[in-house]
Amino acid sequence: MTDLGFAALVPLPVLLSLLGAGAALMLSGRPSLQRTVSVVVLGSVVVIAAVLLWAVDTRGALVLRLGGWPAELGISLVADRLAALMLLVSAIVTLAVLVYSLGQGITEEDREAPVSIYHPTFLVLVAGVSNAFLSGDLFNLFVSFEMLLFSSYVLLTLGATAARVRAGTIYVVVNLLSSMLFLIAIAVTYSAVGTLGLAEIAVRVDELPDPVALVIQLLLLVTFAIKAAVFPLSLWLPDSYPTAPAPVTAVFAGLLTKVGVYAILRTQTLVFPDSPLTNLLLGAALATMIVGILGAIAQSDIKRMLSFTLVSHIGYMIFGIGLATEAGLSGAIFYVAHHITIQTSLFLVVGLIEARAGSTALLRMGGLARLAPVVGVLFFVPAMNLAGIPPMSGFIGKVGLLEAGLADGSPLALVLVAAGVVTSLLTLYAVAKTWGLAFWRSPEQAHAMAAALPEPEDERVVLPAPGGEAPGGQPTSIVHHRGHVHIGPATFGERDLRTAHELRSADSTDRDLHQLLEAGSLPSRLPALMVAPAAALVGVSLAFTVIGGPMYDLTDRAAADILDRAPYLSAVLSEGFE
Amino acid sequence: MSVSLPLVITAAVLVGTGVYLMLERSLTRVLVGLVLLSNGVNVSFLVAAGRPGDPPLYDGSNAETMADPLPQALVLTAIVITLGTTAFLLAMAHRSWQLNGNDDVQDDIEDAAIRRLALADDVSEGYEAEDEDRPADTHDEDRGEDRR
Repeated sequence: MTDLGFAALVPLPVLLSLLGAGAALMLSGRPSLQRTVSVVVLGSVVVIAAVLLWAVDTRGALVLRLGGWPAELGISLVADRLAALMLLVSAIVTLAVLVYSLGQGITEEDREAPVSIYHPTFLVLVAGVSNAFLSGDLFNLFVSFEMLLFSSYVLLTLGATAARVRAGTIYVVVNLLSSMLFLIAIAVTYSAVGTLGLAEIAVRVDELPDPVALVIQLLLLVTFAIKAAVFPLSLWLPDSYPTAPAPVTAVFAGLLTKVGVYAILRTQTLVFPDSPLTNLLLGAALATMIVGILGAIAQSDIKRMLSFTLVSHIGYMIFGIGLATEAGLSGAIFYVAHHITIQTSLFLVVGLIEARAGSTALLRMGGLARLAPVVGVLFFVPAMNLAGIPPMSGFIGKVGLLEAGLADGSPLALVLVAAGVVTSLLTLYAVAKTWGLAFWRSPEQAHAMAAALPEPEDERVVLPAPGGEAPGGQPTSIVHHRGHVHIGPATFGERDLRTAHELRSADSTDRDLHQLLEAGSLPSRLPALMVAPAAALVGVSLAFTVIGGPMYDLTDRAAADILDRAPYLSAVLSEGFE
Repeated sequence: MSVSLPLVITAAVLVGTGVYLMLERSLTRVLVGLVLLSNGVNVSFLVAAGRPGDPPLYDGSNAETMADPLPQALVLTAIVITLGTTAFLLAMAHRSWQLNGNDDVQDDIEDAAIRRLALADDVSEGYEAEDEDRPADTHDEDRGEDRR
């Protein structure tokens, strides 16, 4: 403990965020000072994370034993290549989201979001996420999960509107259940091996009878799979995320599920390397990909659509983890980093769309490509990236995973490769449909289409084509089938019919984009502070292509580290581990 | 390691009743279920602690006869976290009651839409047949009023 060196940096992301949260709470009466504190704190976390990544990559894993206790007694914080990389990506993303929320003025609308709460809660969330990445102890991991979950409860129900309380209830109860499961897993682990440090567990778990080790592994896996939204434990996600304010959804979608993926990755490789559960994980990955993306296609709201693609693409990461080869793990790590940035930037852009068009329901939108070309580009680039169009980072990540699957060569892995390609194509379909409806058609067309929708009561009546009603558009055929309405290539559910009905009635306060434009009640410009962070994140995701080679080398080294286990174990268990 | 059977049974009963209550619709019952469940989990930590022993105080205790202090520390942390969560859920139940007049956990909007689709579909006529007399066109049919 004489010379800490770079290890002194390890706890700083957590400490700074927590101190910043306290300071922000005290400064709640002075909003501008509060904002400065938050931005400075998150900015310095980015710098620290970057230095940590560099130090870890050149000098090996850094360990800090809290309180100077020996390894068997105390809690250690460990930064290896994987943890440092996750830390850096999450720090960049949270900084961008924070700047974005300053631009959106989320903290100024008292009704929607109490001014004093947002910044401190956000910083506690960052502290929880950082602590989860750095934690070298199972109970410390539980505490960091609770930190980030608690702030996520508060952020998700900001303002306590009816929709948010409804969505928040399910989110809170599901996560509480998973926390209880985690506690049970911790109790079982402690009585089985008598320690909670991940490295010590990893050493002692070999002495356990196989069934006991399997029970511990499955308990942990289920707990983390709930957080990571792996099907069939993913059903809570698409319902709870879309109601929150855009920046909150963005940071949840980007980070919280990935913390679960990281925990799976860490425990699977470090503690249970001899029991990869390949079939179980690959099966879960297959179901997650397919069910998620089919759900995404059926959605008529951009936020819900993106929530389903989020679930679907978790499948790719579980695929890589399930393969448990160096190539698979490396692909999974790259995909996590790519997906954090891409999913966050997409949700931020959806926030821009909402600010510009007054809604995220596809039925109410159209013509955004002409109305807001910058937003169009900002949506188009990450959307294509999500679908995996070359040469963007989504393509690199998917190719890496597919190659790893082919190299594995088992029948199930080949099925997963095929499913990965299909999911990628269906993702392209889902985002292209969104692009076509929200950006490509004109607002008049959208309005005419909504107005042409029949009353919700007229179920299963086949209407003749209205023929050229849409100005400048082709005649559209309308077909009713099983509670859905097919209009040309588009399909709407019954809920949309009701929306359309509201749009038609003159006394309704609901207006679609065309009506809002006519009334001139939309902002003509978006705040630069909102556009800039979204653009910056899109730029970061594009930069993953430019630095694709070195970055993939880095994830290769990280995967080799966690597969080898020796770097982690020898760093934590200083005395006499071979 | 010998295990105290009363502790195991207590934990099992608490967890069982807790899970049963969490399956209820009313948020208040879910809350009570959560409290019971977490107490059951806390008791199971005492099981994990192994044999009972002297208070694990620094002075004057013999390490041989001392109880394992770590699970007690873990349980304390877990109790504090549960306290916070309980307070939060109580606030949510209260807010839900303010907004809706009840504290029922409400359905996913899409679930409700899918159920309507299933009702409208001839093939799945038998699905939740008792709901057939519900109005099919109201927004809030699943808000819980009709369930009370």
